[in-house]
Amino acid sequence: MKLKKLRKISRRNALLLIAGFTGTAIFPSISFAQSSQALDRINEITKGLGATESDIYFDLPEIAENGNQVKVTFEIDSPMTESDHIKTVYILADGNPSPNVAKFSFTPEMGSCSAATRIRLSKTQNVYLLAENNNGQFLMTNAKVKVTIGGCGG
Amino acid sequence: MSSIKPRVKVPKEVSIDEIIEIKTLIRHPMHSGRMKDNNGQIIPRQIINSFSAKFNGKEVFQMDLEPSISTNPFIVFQYKVKESGKFDFEWIDDNGEKYYISKEMTVS
Repeated sequence: MKLKKLRKISRRNALLLIAGFTGTAIFPSISFAQSSQALDRINEITKGLGATESDIYFDLPEIAENGNQVKVTFEIDSPMTESDHIKTVYILADGNPSPNVAKFSFTPEMGSCSAATRIRLSKTQNVYLLAENNNGQFLMTNAKVKVTIGGCGG
Repeated sequence: MSSIKPRVKVPKEVSIDEIIEIKTLIRHPMHSGRMKDNNGQIIPRQIINSFSAKFNGKEVFQMDLEPSISTNPFIVFQYKVKESGKFDFEWIDDNGEKYYISKEMTVS
C-alpha cells in the first residue's frame, strides 16, 4: 500500500517534470523567433518581400571582449556596374536598444562593395546584414557574436 | 568644438583602375543617449549621424550612423580610381555641425 502511494506520487512528479522541461525547451525558442527586432526591421525594409540568404563575407569576432568596439567588415560579390550594383547595405542588431546600426549607400564608382566600421553591441546577439541591389532584390546574412562586456551603457 | 578633428588616409599616388582603400576616423564621443554621467544624469544623445564622401564634387559614398556606432567612428571603404582629383569628406552631427576634410589624389 505504502509502495503504491509512493509510486503514484513519483509518476505525477515525473509527468510534471516532463511538462516543465518541454515547456522551457519549447517556449524560449518560440518567443525568440517572434521577438527578433532585426527580423522585423528587415521585413519593414523589404516591405514584406523578404531577403534571400546569401553567401556574403561578413566578418565579426565570434567573441567580443568589449561590446563598445566591435569591428565589422563585409564584402559583397558584385560587378558594381551601372546596371548591376549593390545600392544599400544595412547592419541590424538583434539585442541592441534599437535594431538600426548603420546604413551604407554605395555607388558604382566605388568598384567594389566593401566597407568596415566599429559598432557597439549591448549583449550576446545576432547581427544581420541586409543588402539591396539596384533591381530591388534583397540579400541577407547573419553572424552571432558573444559579448563579454556590453556596450550601449544599459 | 576644437577637439573634433577628422583624419583620413587616401593613397597619394595611384594607378588607373586600381581599387584603393580609404580609411577615415573622426574623434567624437558619440553619446548614444543611454549613458549616464557621474551624477547619474543621462547624457543627451549627441552623435555623428551622417558621413559622405565626394570625388570631384560627385557623391560616391554615404553612410547613416546610428547610436550603435562606436565612439570615434571609424569607417573604411573602397574606391576605383579613374582620374586624378580631390576627395571631400563630410561628417554631420546631431547639432547640425559639419566637419570637413579634403584629400588630393594623383594618378601616376
